[in-house]
Amino acid sequence: MSAPYVKLPAWADYGLLPLINVVVALLISGLVVLFIGQNPLEAVQYMVEGALGSGEGIAFTLYYATNFIFTGLAVAVAFHGGLFNIGGEGQVYLGGLGVAAAALTLDHYTPWYVTMLFAVAASFAFGAAWALIPGWLQARRGSHIVITTIMFNFIAAALMVYLLVNVIKQPGTMSPQTRLFAEGGQLPKLGALMSLVGLDIGAAPFNVAFLIALVASFLVWVLIWRTRFGYELRTMGTSATAAVYAGIRYERMVVVTMLLSGGLAGMMALNPVMGDLQKLQVGFPAGAGFVGIATALMGRSHPAGIVVASILFGILYQGGAELAFWMPDITREMIILIQGLVILFAGALEHMFRPALTRLLGAGGQSSKSPSMTQSA
Amino acid sequence: MAEPAIELVGISKSFGPVRANHDIHLKVSRGTIHGIVGENGAGKSTLMSILYGFYQADSGEIRVGGKPVVIHSPNDAIAQGIGMVHQHFMLVENFTVLENVMLGAEGGALLKRGTAAARAELKRIEREYGLEVDADAVIEELPVGLQQRVEILKALYRGADILILDEPTGVLTPSEADHLFRILGKLKEEGKTVILITHKLREIMAITDSVSVMRRGEMVATLKTSETSMPQLAELMVGRSVLLRVDKASASPGKVLLSVRGLTVKDSRGVTMVDNVSFDVRAGEIVGVAGVAGNGQSELLEAIGGIRKAIAGEIVLNGETLDEATRRDPAALRRKGLAHVPEDRHHMGLVLPFEENENAILGYQNDPKYLSGPLLDLDAIRADAREKIRKYDIRPDNCRLRTANFSGGNQQKIVLSREMEQDPDVLIVGQPTRGVDVGAIEFIHRRLVAMRDAGKAVLLVSVELDEIRSLSDRILVMFAGRIVGERGAGATEQELGLLMAGVEQREAAE
Repeated sequence: MSAPYVKLPAWADYGLLPLINVVVALLISGLVVLFIGQNPLEAVQYMVEGALGSGEGIAFTLYYATNFIFTGLAVAVAFHGGLFNIGGEGQVYLGGLGVAAAALTLDHYTPWYVTMLFAVAASFAFGAAWALIPGWLQARRGSHIVITTIMFNFIAAALMVYLLVNVIKQPGTMSPQTRLFAEGGQLPKLGALMSLVGLDIGAAPFNVAFLIALVASFLVWVLIWRTRFGYELRTMGTSATAAVYAGIRYERMVVVTMLLSGGLAGMMALNPVMGDLQKLQVGFPAGAGFVGIATALMGRSHPAGIVVASILFGILYQGGAELAFWMPDITREMIILIQGLVILFAGALEHMFRPALTRLLGAGGQSSKSPSMTQSA
Repeated sequence: MAEPAIELVGISKSFGPVRANHDIHLKVSRGTIHGIVGENGAGKSTLMSILYGFYQADSGEIRVGGKPVVIHSPNDAIAQGIGMVHQHFMLVENFTVLENVMLGAEGGALLKRGTAAARAELKRIEREYGLEVDADAVIEELPVGLQQRVEILKALYRGADILILDEPTGVLTPSEADHLFRILGKLKEEGKTVILITHKLREIMAITDSVSVMRRGEMVATLKTSETSMPQLAELMVGRSVLLRVDKASASPGKVLLSVRGLTVKDSRGVTMVDNVSFDVRAGEIVGVAGVAGNGQSELLEAIGGIRKAIAGEIVLNGETLDEATRRDPAALRRKGLAHVPEDRHHMGLVLPFEENENAILGYQNDPKYLSGPLLDLDAIRADAREKIRKYDIRPDNCRLRTANFSGGNQQKIVLSREMEQDPDVLIVGQPTRGVDVGAIEFIHRRLVAMRDAGKAVLLVSVELDEIRSLSDRILVMFAGRIVGERGAGATEQELGLLMAGVEQREAAE
């Protein structure tokens, strides 16, 4: 006989629990800061002020958040289908190639918004293509997607270095990067938007890609909860046997899901390549593909949650950079440690405080696991 | 009479808002077999889990042999002499009988001495209770009945004086069940106390000395078995009078709607599970497939439903011989008028974390009536779900509730309503009332007969012989993947039981 299935109230499940996780991560980080002889409260102050204390800080925070939204959505889409795509990093990298192809071809001829449309399509297509092979291998050969996607990250890095050094490097220069895009290949900054609320973005590369990320979040929500594809995706991710019973074609679903996931990751490249650097250069994804795993986990694979989690990670990135600048004893590695603790508590140990919280709220003895999160590939 | 073996005083246990046990009082006399019956969700398993230390009661007291005890874990229960035989065996499949029995009581870091002692002790218990099992046989090679015997041995080896059996006959043939009852009788003679949890009233009447009835978390009655009757017990369980027999007119079969010819199915290990099986199901009849679980019925059902590959044979649906692609495509089969109520509703028939209305379209998600363009038409889906909830009396009547929150009977109604309301020509049904309470069983049986009377062909697979006998117009018996006999609706239980056990019948008449 089934035990009664008790669920936490939504506000606790989606608000309180993540908050507790983040606070615990910050407390432990504080202990580490204390251990190296620095004042944790001062450190927190530098972080928060650096990330949220000025128009420029906020704009930087949102710029980073934009990256994490795209890669978080990519992980979430695959996750709903029970697939763990950790190849975001490589898919972003290839997406950058798509962006560069569109921008380098069109920037002298078309205005930015036309170039952007092509860049969106190309980045999606290149990212999707990079996810296609692992997806196909999973569907047809049963090769585990976790293994293949992470391998493809290395292949992507090697391929891009080769291309940037030998093929698309700007002639006559010594650095592995393309030429700068002309104005028709640059995404405009959102300074005007921020000045509406009286903030000055300063030198921050906060750009139109943020709006594209929000639109993508909405579309992913529609896709997962309002379309037949999303229904089949969730069925496949929650119960493989029920999916077979329902006549859902596993192989086709896996391939299509990975195309969508890879495409969303590829679109991330719009933000740094077209919105900030205005060129394609080696190493531009800078780990954002992996942070997407954390934002998807923390955001419970829900687009709204991913946006919130991405902003939190944006704060950690921007605030962390400021912190490293003002407190030199706190090195770059320390910042990564703090981010790692947040990932650990918000992602991997997500359920650690759940039973206690459930008991505390008197919701009963049985903890219910979030259906989407308990399904790893 | 002496102190009762076990006494429960005012036991209560809640899971959040759900009151699983409320103020339960129970006395079980030493040296008796005490039955506990109740519908699904009545709280039987919760009560036994409290007794065995899986859960702690919110309030109340447990007394063993008159003394109050605290049971925090199964180890505490074993120390008090309480042993449990679970519905799903807790055996290590690739260990031998001896290794399983001594698991958790190995007696030291090195096995040699413990093994010798365990072997001697096992021999003694086997002799005393007539429970012979080869101590060196590997569990996975033993038939289910013997595996269960190992579970009982395990409990006795730990010194159990009180043995709890949870639905012990679900997986047994009638003759294996008889054997189990003889063992329980022997245990009783030796002074052990047995608590038998079951939903089969016939077993209660056959072997228990007294019986307690639970309903909605409360103990509604404790009776001497000799002073009660099946209808009375059923009424106590449900709270109203229940029809135990299915009322139906005789069948008037029409043309053949489903025809299976020479079907052969292998499982993933390459073992032949369905071996050259042929039969027809006509419009307006229910054909029952009887057999002990694991004799190929599940694979047969899945092969017809398009879920499992058949390596040989053909299936004719509605006069059309299905090609290979259609046979492996459950969606195409649905479009051709085949509806499938799968045996395993938790893993196949439903996606438990989904909302009720989402499960009400599972398998029919491509039906245009649930779609508007590429989007799901949520209004239509929910209206449709509400309509089915009303028609099939699914409770609670909330189509936005997670399916996991419905009781077993109501979950099954969700699956049945989805498949039946598609108005299929052929309905294939596996274990329609497994884990379903008495009230819902009555309802489900009536719906199945109604489908038959509406001219549908119904193929019913069930390990419940009573269910097969009361619903079927013809009965096929499967043993070791083959159909070993066909009988009419009037076949006796003994006759079917022999066939199910694989005793070859020489059918002189045929």
